[in-house]
Amino acid sequence: MPFFTPGDDPGPDFAALVRRLGLAPEPPTADVTDRLAITHGTTVVAIRYADGVVMAGDRRATAGNLISHRAIEKVFPADRHSGVAIAGAAGPAMEMVKLFQLQLEHYEKVEGSSLSLEGKANQLGQMVRGNLPAAMQGLAVVPLFAGYDLRRGAGRLFQYDVTGGRYEESNFAASGSGSLHAGTVVKLGFREGLSRGDTVDLAITALFQAADEDSATGGPDVVRGIYPVIATITAEGFSRLDDAEIAERFAALLEVLAGREAGTSRVPETSVETRSDER
Amino acid sequence: MSMPFYVAPEQVMKDRADYARKGIARGRSLVATVYDGGILICAENPSSTLRKVSEIYDRIAFAGVGKYNEFDQLRIAGVRAADIKGYAYSREDVDARSLANNYAQILGQVFTHEMKPMEVEILVAEVGAGPADDQLFHILYDGTVMDEDRFTVLGGEAEAIAARMEDAWSEGLDLRAALAAAVGALAGPERTLSADDLEVALLERTAERRAFRRIERSDLPALLPVAPAPAEAPVEDGPAEAPES
Repeated sequence: MPFFTPGDDPGPDFAALVRRLGLAPEPPTADVTDRLAITHGTTVVAIRYADGVVMAGDRRATAGNLISHRAIEKVFPADRHSGVAIAGAAGPAMEMVKLFQLQLEHYEKVEGSSLSLEGKANQLGQMVRGNLPAAMQGLAVVPLFAGYDLRRGAGRLFQYDVTGGRYEESNFAASGSGSLHAGTVVKLGFREGLSRGDTVDLAITALFQAADEDSATGGPDVVRGIYPVIATITAEGFSRLDDAEIAERFAALLEVLAGREAGTSRVPETSVETRSDER
Repeated sequence: MSMPFYVAPEQVMKDRADYARKGIARGRSLVATVYDGGILICAENPSSTLRKVSEIYDRIAFAGVGKYNEFDQLRIAGVRAADIKGYAYSREDVDARSLANNYAQILGQVFTHEMKPMEVEILVAEVGAGPADDQLFHILYDGTVMDEDRFTVLGGEAEAIAARMEDAWSEGLDLRAALAAAVGALAGPERTLSADDLEVALLERTAERRAFRRIERSDLPALLPVAPAPAEAPVEDGPAEAPES
């Protein structure tokens, strides 16, 4: 059982306790991506809406040009009123989420009250910053953090860079390889005070369009029934949507998109005959 | 030249035990009991911020009586040990028995080797899948561990409170009845305890992960038995509790 003298006490900081007990892994000393194919998580988005925040992430993990996992999860509850979504090297990212969840719970138990949302966001920033030596060797982790601020009565979201820079976004944030496309879709569709349904649909569209353009982002897998993980964070807490609801919304989106495609004529492929004509 | 006096080891241990017991008896007591939905821990505690009962892990609670800084130090060490174990192995591998053994080792070590024993009695409670799996470990200032399966009382007047609890307790009490039994036992025949004197927390069997739940003071009056009406304003249908015959 760990005991410390008062001046030497790590306090409610679980990550510091883990380091003190020698359980934290050493950062690699050389670029690991040179020799190994590292599993990467890809696209996640967070969107603020009327009641809080929607967080969503696709289910694909890639190692180089291969799909290493079809059903990985990238959106997690951090505690009752906040969530974290990860992009980047999957191993260190999962570890970071686990440590972050424990950090918040540990603080709450030791101190008898939870951290403010701001405090939680800063904690995650420090963890990302602590990962910088590993990021320099190819194991970067770039999370999103979102939560319902009970003191302000509103949803808030934060994105990070590899140095631990913490940037609060007012409306939405995206991270990962497909974030450019997903972010653009959200940017065009965002309006103040969106309803839950509209926001979930916007997140679904963003992930679909990212998967359409980015090979590392997974689309809906209708064959296996694997759909993005989507969660809402409101005053009632973190709540993950049922797969059935997401499947239904995806089906509606596919119908709309297929309807649009049905009437369009395709630019003809360069045919063998034309090529022979040219010769 | 001065020679140190010889003191028999029996005397040393007895003095330390008396010292610890005296310290513990200065504070107020605490009752933990199983009920049909889990485990109820009820402490007499006029402070609403300095807690005697708190959460250690998903299904494990801690309670202490005696010297606050000493049992709070033990509580934090327990939270750390549990969180580290759950982090290094798995959440399922954290159990009350192992924590209780750890606490017993520390208290025993301090009792025999330090100048001053810890003036505390602590409880490690774990709610199981069924009532038969509930565990209550009561650990004394000298590291003695007692494994109880119905209820346990910590503190100075433990014997008298346990005797009252024995009369009020029966198998399969619901929350209201268990709370009434615990509050009645803590109060004794001459006193009445109100919500402001109590700290109550539960380990709920049906909880998904974190089973520990504090019952806030504002929610307590609804659960407490109706206090016997004061003499100047008698309630029409008479006092809820039969007067002592």
